[in-house]
Formats: sequence, structure tokens, C-alpha cells
Amino acid sequence: MIALAFWLFATLTVASAVMVISARNTVHSVLFLIFCFFNAAGLFVLLGAEFLAMILVVVYVGAVAVLFLFVVMMLDIDFTELRQGFLRYLPVGIVVGVVLCVEIVFVFKTWILNPDMATVAAAVTPPLDQISNTQALGSLIYTHYVYAFQASGLILLVAMIGAIMLTHRARVGVRKQTISTQVARKREDAVTVVKVPTGEGI
Amino acid sequence: MAFLDRGARSLLLSELVSGLALTFRHMFRPAVTLNYPYEKGPISPRFRGEHALRRYASGEERCIACKLCEAVCPALAITIEAEPRDDGSRRTTRYDIDMTKCIYCGFCQEACPVDAIVEGPNFEFATETREELFYNKDKLLSNGDRWEAEIANNLALDAPYR
Amino acid sequence: MANLLNNYLLPLIIIVLEILAIVVPLLVAVAYLTYFERKVLAAAQLRKGPNVVGPFGLLQPLADGLKLMMKETVIPSGANRVVFIAAPILTFTLSLIAWAVIPIQAGVVLADINVGILYLFAISSLGVYGIIMAGWSSNSKYAFLGALRSAAQMVSYEVSMGFVIVTVLLCAGSLNLSAIVNSQAGSYGLLNWYWLPLLPMFVVFFISVLAETNRSPFDLPEGESELVAGFFVEYSAMTFALFFLGEYGNMILMSAMTSILFLGGWLSPLPFAPFTWIPGFVWLFAKIAFVLFCFLWVRATFPRFRYDQLMRLGWKVFLPLSLGWLVLTAGVLTAIRTWSGTGG
Repeated sequence: MIALAFWLFATLTVASAVMVISARNTVHSVLFLIFCFFNAAGLFVLLGAEFLAMILVVVYVGAVAVLFLFVVMMLDIDFTELRQGFLRYLPVGIVVGVVLCVEIVFVFKTWILNPDMATVAAAVTPPLDQISNTQALGSLIYTHYVYAFQASGLILLVAMIGAIMLTHRARVGVRKQTISTQVARKREDAVTVVKVPTGEGI
Repeated sequence: MAFLDRGARSLLLSELVSGLALTFRHMFRPAVTLNYPYEKGPISPRFRGEHALRRYASGEERCIACKLCEAVCPALAITIEAEPRDDGSRRTTRYDIDMTKCIYCGFCQEACPVDAIVEGPNFEFATETREELFYNKDKLLSNGDRWEAEIANNLALDAPYR
Repeated sequence: MANLLNNYLLPLIIIVLEILAIVVPLLVAVAYLTYFERKVLAAAQLRKGPNVVGPFGLLQPLADGLKLMMKETVIPSGANRVVFIAAPILTFTLSLIAWAVIPIQAGVVLADINVGILYLFAISSLGVYGIIMAGWSSNSKYAFLGALRSAAQMVSYEVSMGFVIVTVLLCAGSLNLSAIVNSQAGSYGLLNWYWLPLLPMFVVFFISVLAETNRSPFDLPEGESELVAGFFVEYSAMTFALFFLGEYGNMILMSAMTSILFLGGWLSPLPFAPFTWIPGFVWLFAKIAFVLFCFLWVRATFPRFRYDQLMRLGWKVFLPLSLGWLVLTAGVLTAIRTWSGTGG
């Protein structure tokens, strides 16, 4: 059953990944990318890393890919124009691809697992049947890797503030709604009820 | 103090809660809906519904083919043709109302000197085809026969205000 | 052969039956939610609501369903056919598969997974795709604008919803939905449930859920008076019905989530004899119905938000509030643990 599920998820992951780069329509590409993420999450679940799987879906599929899709949908892309330089850039592309491929092969060929690995592991977590992997992950991140974790959080914060600063522009002369003053306004401030005697006016 | 009061009110969503309370109270009030095909609302004696051509009690039709209604009709919905009848009285040979053109202004019944054309209390005369709404004299006279009691009653009720 | 039967076929049949046991009552509930909505709105507006088809109009949802099935599915000529058809199917499926982890009663749940609440959150965050795909593939301005609004809205409110869920998780100490419900059990009954200690978060969560399910007063994506019907303006017949079912299914799902996180799931509100005899699923059902009633009550009461006010509420009010409350909750819990000497 597990093997069947693995082959299903793995095949779909690879197939949709291929479709991401080969689909003609960019929106289809993004949709295939989302499908690919989703199947990767399935693979995580098979590995017993259900927390990572769910976080992958929430963060990448639920938020990041939505923004991707947003941008791609809003762009008006001319596909014929996009394909014009294809032959001209083909040699460069092939060279880059070959270099990458060779590098990856080198890495894997020369990759020897340090025999001392097991002893220097940061923290030993109990096997999965004793502790849920959410707890295991948490107890590692918030103890041994707490500084690295906080630092990555800070980097993200800086990136976010930077993005806001770059795109934010303060416009002058724009009338803005101040909701707090609107909420603070009371009936007594705005309206007075005057009983006017008939035929006499105010 | 006013500041505290305001802050507490907006934090506790007092306005939203009072609005919700209002709708909640309304849920237990009786519905004002009329269950239409089974219940109907009251209609004024002056209600301007489906047209009818009336007759005298003797059975003689009232219309004298003066064509005032045709002239006054702002939607040009009325078409009349007239000839002297065998007994010498002037009568219509054709009296058509295109109900798809009619705007139910009631000018025709105001213009009529003999109370022949009237707009009766009937408003449920929807049809399945457009052609059925092109009324001819027979249809209008049969309407008059059918609704005479109600029409006469309405005219009597409205008479003091004319 | 017998091996194949025992190992694959039998479990498969059992799983399918279990799924049907959840899905069929759910679809009936969705059908009658539409009836319930029309009746509640009618009552609030001093009308009668559907009362012609069947006794008290009870067959109205069936008549509506039949009508939608009989109609013709129209696909606009400029539409992207595959995505156009896939969008309603996706929306509908997502609203169903989330039910796998909802505990109906103590121990009665289709899949009792460790990260149940994260699973729910993930599924609800996927819901935005059905809407974006529908809006884009329809090749219509109204649909596209509706989809853009909806996507921005759902992503914004997911953030504060996430923080609210985290505060509940901190109190419960587990991501498993059954464990979350069990942690709300206590001798004070309904005063033990998380809605009271986390009251501001309960309100924030409820409002965020309204925004997440595109319900009034946050129904801008489908604001019928400005965008016709928003993202599903081009849909008809069965494809429209799937959107409709998916949307109402999501409403029920979110009510179930609210019941489980804040209203003690299947627990009885008064933890003594006559009330504890009533089976748990009845309580859960009653709580879901109550939350759904609140949805409709809000719809009957409030006008639609303006879009910038919606965004302001999400990012400038709910996000800081929920984040602050999260820190406060964590602090209080740590303080309690330190003083009671159990240690972190």
C-alpha cells in the first residue's frame, strides 16, 4: 500500500515538475507547480513527516504560490515574442545545464558520509512511535538551533520591511479616512434635536 | 472618563452587538408577508386594473364610439372604428386595446362620458402568449359582464369624491 | 487471490463506506443549510421564506438541486476549458476532504492524525485556488476582479486565523483535534471551553472565518450589487451547483472547526447526568448549528464592508491583536507552569 502510494506521488511529482517547464501557458505552469508541491507534501507524509507536509501546503501552496499566480495572471505575456530568442540563447542554456549537471554528479560521486556522523548529531530524537514529529522538531529548533532559527526569522523580517519600504510611497494631498475619529463621533456631537413651535420658525 | 467609555464601547463592539440584538428581536415578530395566491391585499375602489366595456342593465352596450378614449390615450393603445348600426345609433365595429402598450393611466375611463370603458379591479390577467394581450371588443365586453358587480360597486364607492 | 481480497479490497470497501457515512449526511446538511439560511433571513426581515414546495417548504432544496441538474452547462467561448471545469470540482472536493479529521464524537473520526488542525488549516488555505482558477479561466472582467479580491482577502485573513489557532494549540498542547476537545473537558462544563479564557480570540476567529468563507459582511468577492456574482459569474447548472455546495460545505466545516476549537466539540455544556447521557455527536451538531445561525444572523444584520476597510481590519487590527494575545497566552501559560512547579 505504502509502495503504491509512493510511486503514485513520486510519478506525479516528477511529471508535474516536467509540465511546469514545458507548459505553454504560464498560468498552467504555476498550477502544475502547485500540484507538484502538493505531491511533495504527500511524499513527506509517507516519510512520517506530517508536520512538514502540512507546513509545505500552508506556506508554499496556500500563500506563496497564490502570489505567484497573482503575478502571472496579471501579466500580459506575449508568447511568440518570448520564444523569439530561443535559438540564440540555446547554446548558453545548454552550457549552463551541462555545468550544473556535472557539478551535481561530482557532488554525489564524492559524497562520503562521515563515519562519526552518528555521534556528533546535534540532538538525538526518540523514534517516531514515541514522540510526534511536531514535538521532535520543536524541541530541536527551540533549543539547539534557536539562534539560527531566530536569525532566519530576523532576515525574513528585514526582507519584509525592505520590500515595504521600497514600494511604499507617501502621497501628499490625499484625503484619508481616520476611522478612530469616525468611531469616536457621537450622536450628541453631530445632531441637535430642536422642537420648533408650529408657525413660528426658529 | 469619556475616553475610557468610548474605548470600552468600541472594544466590546457595543454597536455591533446592539445591531445584532435588533435583528434577533425582529426574528420573533410575525411575518408581514401575504401568502399571495391564497391571501390578497386590500385594493382601493380606484384601483386601475384590467379594462372592461360595460353595458346598461338592459344589456345594451354603453359605448357610443365618441373616440375620446382613443384620443386621450397617451400610449396609443386604443383603436376604434365606428359605423351607424341598423337602428341608427352610433356604435363601434371595432374596439381594440393593446394591453402590452397600455400604461394603466386611467385617462380612458376619465374621458368616457358614459362610463363605458373602465379599469376594473382585476390584476391577474397574465397570459402565456403576447397575442392574448391584444384585447378586442368581444373580450372587453365579456370582461365587463364578468366584473360588472365589482365595477359597479367601486364606481358607487368612488362617486362621492368625483 | 484471497490475500489480495483481504489486504486491498476489504479495507478499500470499508474506507469507501466510512467516507460515504460522512459525505452523505454532509451533503444533506448543505442542502438544508440553504433552506435554513433562507428561513432565518426571512424571519429577520419579517418575511416567510420558502413555504410552497412540500410542507413548510422543506422540499425546496431538492427542487433547487433538481433545477440546477436539469440546466445546461454553458462554457464561455473564450474560457480555458480544462481550468474552467477543474475549478468547481476543486472547490467541492476540498470542502469534503477536510471532514476526514473532524472528530464527530469521542473516538469517532475518519483519520485521527497528529496534525489534524494543521491539515484543516492547509485545506482551507487551498480553497482560494478554486476561486482564482474560476476567475481567471472565465475570461471575464467581473469574474477576474472577484477572484483577485477573494484571493487577497483569504490570504490576509488566514494570517490572523493562523495565530488564533496557535493560541488554542498553546492551551491544548496538541495539534490533534480529539486532544484539543479533550483538553477543554472540566467540571465547569461550558465555562471550561476555550471561548471564555480566549474570548477576544474567539471573536477574531469568528470574524476571520466569515472573511475566509466569503460570507457577509465580507462577501466582496461575489458582491452581487457590484460584481454581479464575482468569480462564478460565468458558471451555470452543475458547475455552479458544485461551487454552491463547496461554499456551503466550507461554512459547515468552519463552524465545526469553531465548535471544536472554542466550543468544546462533542462535550456536553453541563457536565452532569441528564446532559452527559446525550451522545456527543448531538452536541457537536447543536454547536455547529448554533455557529451557522450566527453566520446567518450576521448576514441579516450588517452591510458589506468596503474593500480597504476589510484589508485594514485584517492587517492593522486582527493581526496585531492576535499576535499580542498569542504572546500574552504563552506568557500566562509559562507563568502558571513555573508557579505550579510542573516545569516546562
